[in-house]
Amino acid sequence: MSSRSVPHGGLRLDGHKSRPLEQPVLAVPPPRTCILALDQGSGEEAEAIVEPGTRVRVGTRVAAGRGTAADLHAPVSGTVTGATRLPTAAGEGRCLVIESDGRDEREPGVAPLDWQALDGPSLIERLAASGLAGLGGAAFPTASKLAMARAEAVELLVLNGAECEPWICCDDALMRERAAEVVLGARVMLAASGAAHGVIAVEDDKPEACAALEAALVVTGDARLELRVLPALFPLGAEGLLIAALTGREVPHDGLPPDVGVVCQNVGTAAAAARFVTEGLPAVTRIVTVTGGGVRRPANVEARLGTPVVELIAACGGYRTTPDRLIAGGALTGRTLASDDVPVTKGLNCVLAATAADLPARGPEMPCIRCGDCADVCPVQLLPQQLHRAARADDVAALARHGLAACIECGCCDYVCPSAIPLTARFRAARERQRLLGAERRRTEEARARFERHCERLAAQAEEERRAFEDARRRARGDGPPSGTG
Amino acid sequence: MDFPTAAAPHVVAGFTVPRVMLQVLLALAPVAAVQVWLYGPRPLVLLAAAGIVALACEALALRLRGRPAQAFLRDGSVLVTAALLALAVPPGLPWWLLALGTAVAVLLGKHAYGGLGQNPFNPAMVAYAVLLVSFPVEMTRWPAPGPGWDALTGATALDALRTGLREAWTIEEVRAGTEFGLVGAADAEWVNLAALAGGLYLLARRVIRWHIPVAMLAGLAVPAALANALDPGAHIGAAFHLASGATMLGAFFIATDPVSAAASSRGRLVYGAGIGTLTWIIRSWGSFPDGVAFAVLLMNLAVPLIDRWTVPRIHGHPRG
Repeated sequence: MSSRSVPHGGLRLDGHKSRPLEQPVLAVPPPRTCILALDQGSGEEAEAIVEPGTRVRVGTRVAAGRGTAADLHAPVSGTVTGATRLPTAAGEGRCLVIESDGRDEREPGVAPLDWQALDGPSLIERLAASGLAGLGGAAFPTASKLAMARAEAVELLVLNGAECEPWICCDDALMRERAAEVVLGARVMLAASGAAHGVIAVEDDKPEACAALEAALVVTGDARLELRVLPALFPLGAEGLLIAALTGREVPHDGLPPDVGVVCQNVGTAAAAARFVTEGLPAVTRIVTVTGGGVRRPANVEARLGTPVVELIAACGGYRTTPDRLIAGGALTGRTLASDDVPVTKGLNCVLAATAADLPARGPEMPCIRCGDCADVCPVQLLPQQLHRAARADDVAALARHGLAACIECGCCDYVCPSAIPLTARFRAARERQRLLGAERRRTEEARARFERHCERLAAQAEEERRAFEDARRRARGDGPPSGTG
Repeated sequence: MDFPTAAAPHVVAGFTVPRVMLQVLLALAPVAAVQVWLYGPRPLVLLAAAGIVALACEALALRLRGRPAQAFLRDGSVLVTAALLALAVPPGLPWWLLALGTAVAVLLGKHAYGGLGQNPFNPAMVAYAVLLVSFPVEMTRWPAPGPGWDALTGATALDALRTGLREAWTIEEVRAGTEFGLVGAADAEWVNLAALAGGLYLLARRVIRWHIPVAMLAGLAVPAALANALDPGAHIGAAFHLASGATMLGAFFIATDPVSAAASSRGRLVYGAGIGTLTWIIRSWGSFPDGVAFAVLLMNLAVPLIDRWTVPRIHGHPRG
């Protein structure tokens, strides 16, 4: 890496990460009732391939991936009892409900994978079958990303251990305790993607994780891998910004990381890949940070997918006081949960049971005074105050000119706004409105085209009929020449 | 258990508009203190008059516009406008003229355009310009340097310089007059020093950014120094310009009013430099004693254009 760029903007924030890291990762008992959301956080649902009544074991494939949804496997052994819409971290979605038999039997034929003997494409195939998905939060199918990287012949694998958002520390815990797995996972991903070298990127507020990774790298002795320590700055862990900070290359606004020769994976995903090759078991657990003033004993917990959040809270001593908000994710970009019955998914990295003391209420919204603090902190160099003005006026051209599409919804502008304007929510709404308008316009265009085709067809038909009628008349008059007979 | 939902982000820094305005008022304290030291208690009377009229006009305008008066009165922005105007006018100005100016600032300069955040022009400078063209005598009569604010009134150093040069005096001769101080104008150089101190405080507290003040001071000093180097007899040097008139008040408190300034960092450099250069041009060839107010208003006019031309390159978008 020849050059690297100084990130624009961003926020130096109090991490609130020390308390959950005071103890090792805590194992949450498998749930009696496992609620497996078909959308694990990527925004698309996998297709259920089991019926209610089907017996499953740990690792049985229960849903087929499609689009941005990876394959899903049963996290417990027992019986599928239903497939219904239930509250999830994404709001609501179709879920498979599996009643556990408590025996925790594994799918037969589960065996370690001799990954070094496989070529890249076959390794990707095996990873795809394991249902591996991005554990950083996006839950994008890992194998698809690796296949894309392979097709584009990327040269650099970035393992994202930046974990820049306050409160979230599941990756920190993982890197401290399972650094060897992260490194093994990195080697598996190098083999799968064909990248020549790999960087594990960690922010400098995680010295323990860095030390553990450094030690694991020494043990492995793989010269293709290196650890890179970055300043703790929110939102440096965002994929495009991390790549820019490491390489100085900017992912084009209409492109993807492979366009600049990079494939980016979360460190947790790498560790899960390592587990898959050493045990052969698909990814059915993940580490979740359970924290906030509303929890009695904040901790990082390892839970089966499908475990209701309330059981994670219970494993951490229950609620200390009723939280103001229950947030899936961090304080800047997390989504509020309407209920603590929602299940753990591959995309759930943190449950923040926040009290009023954790998250002071924002004041009443005031008019923008154009102070420009938002532009100073915007990591993608937008001018949020101009965007806000364009969004209020619903000025589509101005929204495009000021780069609405480039907004990564990190929330930095909201954080600093002295007028307490919910900028990020406004931009999200403007985007949604544009998407709907675009769809509407497409539908209108299609309808018009359909109508025009219909009219043309009618006209052609009329012409046809007219000609047929003329012919018939001519024939009736006795086969005279078509013209000149008057 | 069920929980309320809300949109991300869930945490804010808590730096609010009233706190911003309070910082600005605090930073203006040294300017007021120096004026009291130079001119006696008179500036305090003006500050009080402007403050009371500003709050009354704000309340009236909010009532007429059907807006919640309380939240907006508490934001403190109208007090900043009042204080800037009161500290920019000559301390001998009749209080009722200042009251009139304040009413113009709040009612026409601000609320006629839609209130806080909507005004294209700096309200205090709109009022200053209105007063200057309507009451040129009162607005240009400054207390003569020396003890006692009401002893004598006369022209400022900028005035004396303009008149002197027009009457073919050399700069050396003009500078011997009592209107001149150590580097800039007598009295005004101390006010400028106080404004500089207040401005540095605002910079340190990150209430303002460096772009506008630095660009404005450079925009004023560079042409002044160049002209002075080329023709020392006809153009006074940069140091005098920096320490005279409303230079520092303008650079740190007036041009930095974010509402009427350009939006991006690059835009703010252009905007500030424009104010500085226009100030120098108006001081050198214009017919008013100081150019800051008109320079600010002219650059306010240019802001939409500057904003259009200085949209920063977005991450991941091609350069150039």
